Amino acid sequence: MAEVTKLIHRYLRHSKKFPHVYCPGCGHGIVLGSLIRSIHALNLKKDDVVLVAGIGCSGRMAVYVDFNTVHTTHGRALSFATGIKLANPRLKVIAVMGDGDAMSIGGNHLIHAARRNIGVTALILNNGIYGMTGGQSSCTTPQDSFSSTAPFGHMEHDFDLVKLTEACKANFVARTTVMHAKQMDKMLTTAIDQRGFNLVEVMTPCHTQYGRKNGFKTIVDMYKWYQKSAVQYEKYLNLPEEKRQGCFPIGVFSDNDQPGLEERYEELRRSLAGGDDK
Amino acid sequence: MTASDEKSGQKEIFAQGNEAVVEGALLSGCSFFAGYPITPSTEIAEGMSGRLPRTENGVFIQMEDEIASMGAIIGASLAGRKAMTATSGPGFSLMQEHIGYACMAEIPLVLVNVMRGGPSTGLPTSPAQGDVQQARWGTHGDHPIIVLSASDVQECLTMTVTAFNFAEKYRTPVILLLDEITAHTREKITVPDPSELTIFSRVTPTMPPEWYIPYEETMRGVPTMPPLGYGYRYHVTGLTHDDHGYPTSRPKEVKDFMERIFRKIDQYFYDIQLVQEIDTEDAEVCVVSFGCVARAAELAVQQARESGLKAGLLKLKTLFPFPRPAVEKMARQCKTLVVPEMNMGQVSREIKRVNQNQSQITTLNRVDGKTITPAEILKLIQKG
Repeated sequence: MAEVTKLIHRYLRHSKKFPHVYCPGCGHGIVLGSLIRSIHALNLKKDDVVLVAGIGCSGRMAVYVDFNTVHTTHGRALSFATGIKLANPRLKVIAVMGDGDAMSIGGNHLIHAARRNIGVTALILNNGIYGMTGGQSSCTTPQDSFSSTAPFGHMEHDFDLVKLTEACKANFVARTTVMHAKQMDKMLTTAIDQRGFNLVEVMTPCHTQYGRKNGFKTIVDMYKWYQKSAVQYEKYLNLPEEKRQGCFPIGVFSDNDQPGLEERYEELRRSLAGGDDK
Repeated sequence: MTASDEKSGQKEIFAQGNEAVVEGALLSGCSFFAGYPITPSTEIAEGMSGRLPRTENGVFIQMEDEIASMGAIIGASLAGRKAMTATSGPGFSLMQEHIGYACMAEIPLVLVNVMRGGPSTGLPTSPAQGDVQQARWGTHGDHPIIVLSASDVQECLTMTVTAFNFAEKYRTPVILLLDEITAHTREKITVPDPSELTIFSRVTPTMPPEWYIPYEETMRGVPTMPPLGYGYRYHVTGLTHDDHGYPTSRPKEVKDFMERIFRKIDQYFYDIQLVQEIDTEDAEVCVVSFGCVARAAELAVQQARESGLKAGLLKLKTLFPFPRPAVEKMARQCKTLVVPEMNMGQVSREIKRVNQNQSQITTLNRVDGKTITPAEILKLIQKG
């Protein structure tokens, strides 16, 4: 067994009934691998990690790993995560969500978690489609592409998660793809280690539900598509407008070090207990 | 609140129902509140926002909506806190999804719903009692739940303590239904010394973590519950799960799970069923009532007695599981049961179900945002 597989096995739940729910070629496993490597690199105790997940393919990720895992309701993972972090700030709380989960039904919770700068790492797996329910359009489905609820092409604009959360003053905002595993490791390690609200968006392919409806013959074509269209942020900034068509920037978009809400709350309690109560 | 807040020992305060809920919650050891403003429940959030940061590790957070409020208290409860939220009509509707989650994942929490006229935005904020059946059946799927009520300010305090005790004892969400009148009435109440109260906290596992089975079948039917982050790593999910917490669709495991969550409430029925009987011993006409209407009924019964009528009052403090034996007893004994309520008959339908035609049921329903008066109830008692 390769070293890296051995490492991942150390974090899997062996009492859980496998196989997992993911389709062949799904990118979610790559993200889970990266998450495990990052947690391992930070030398975190399994007991101190809480993995909160939403509903959908990404939501099922929590059940396979040997942390404290909470599989919540559709779109609401961040509200659970907020409660857990405020109740016990010692815990490392990571919320795993999909695009429809985090941005459509859970959009309100996302912007407010970012605005509060609550000490949670949001890991969003963006495959641009509702995979589990059979390939319906999501708020990140690219305009004009096809889905089972957009048989004539998706008419709406797609959401730019990075711009949205940057505007909400989240501490750390980054985006990468499953084709950039090393970058993903680095981003996740930083995001989990840092205080405040840290968001990592990972572009991950769903060939079963998206690729097949949109002219990608095999899953490999989708991975190649990500490789081609993802451009490092610094490079993207220097691209002329016409060359940006069909590309999206990846990298770290904002990196601040503001205290999380739970820290500010502890400060408040201390000051009230100290008697400097105005 | 009065200036004597921080002193220990029993104290008398002049407070409204919502403030009494805050006192009761803090006495119960509640250290986490998440909520969203909505009249007529807001004073509970306001009270908590001022009090909780002054406690050792108390947390108050105003969330972006009621859905998130419930999510946050479920998270806090999983992390080991006694947690609560408070809301009213429209907010209660939004909370239904997470009430189901809390039933499924067996999360202890207290939800106070101060009823106002509905449906929808309805009558902000006139009193009503229209959320009784929603409290029982609002979330989808078969589920057990405990629903309590209070009819005066003192009871707002004691029933909040009871709500926390039931939640912790049976690992279940508990809904405390108040109405606008009870929540906003001001009167003198006694805040007991903490030592006078029996306070329950959830049972945590004591075995080594590797022996721990999160949803193990036991006689009690209530699994032990470790806080997140103390060695007992397990999976929490809203999916139907097996005794290890892993999702399952095997008929046997699903059946065992569903039967256990019902059994854990049903088998403690006599602990949970709380009623108060007033002048019922020889009653021929009995008023069955709850919330603010029970206060009007108490006066009506007293006046009826003064005029020589054999009237009594059965006040329901527990609404669900429905206190069947107490109602059955009165149905057997009395000629007539009078059921006044500020809805179109949500409790009377339960009473009719239990009554089995043993006595005559007279209903009195008011949904115009006005309270039911003692005179209206007295008239029905006199009719017999």
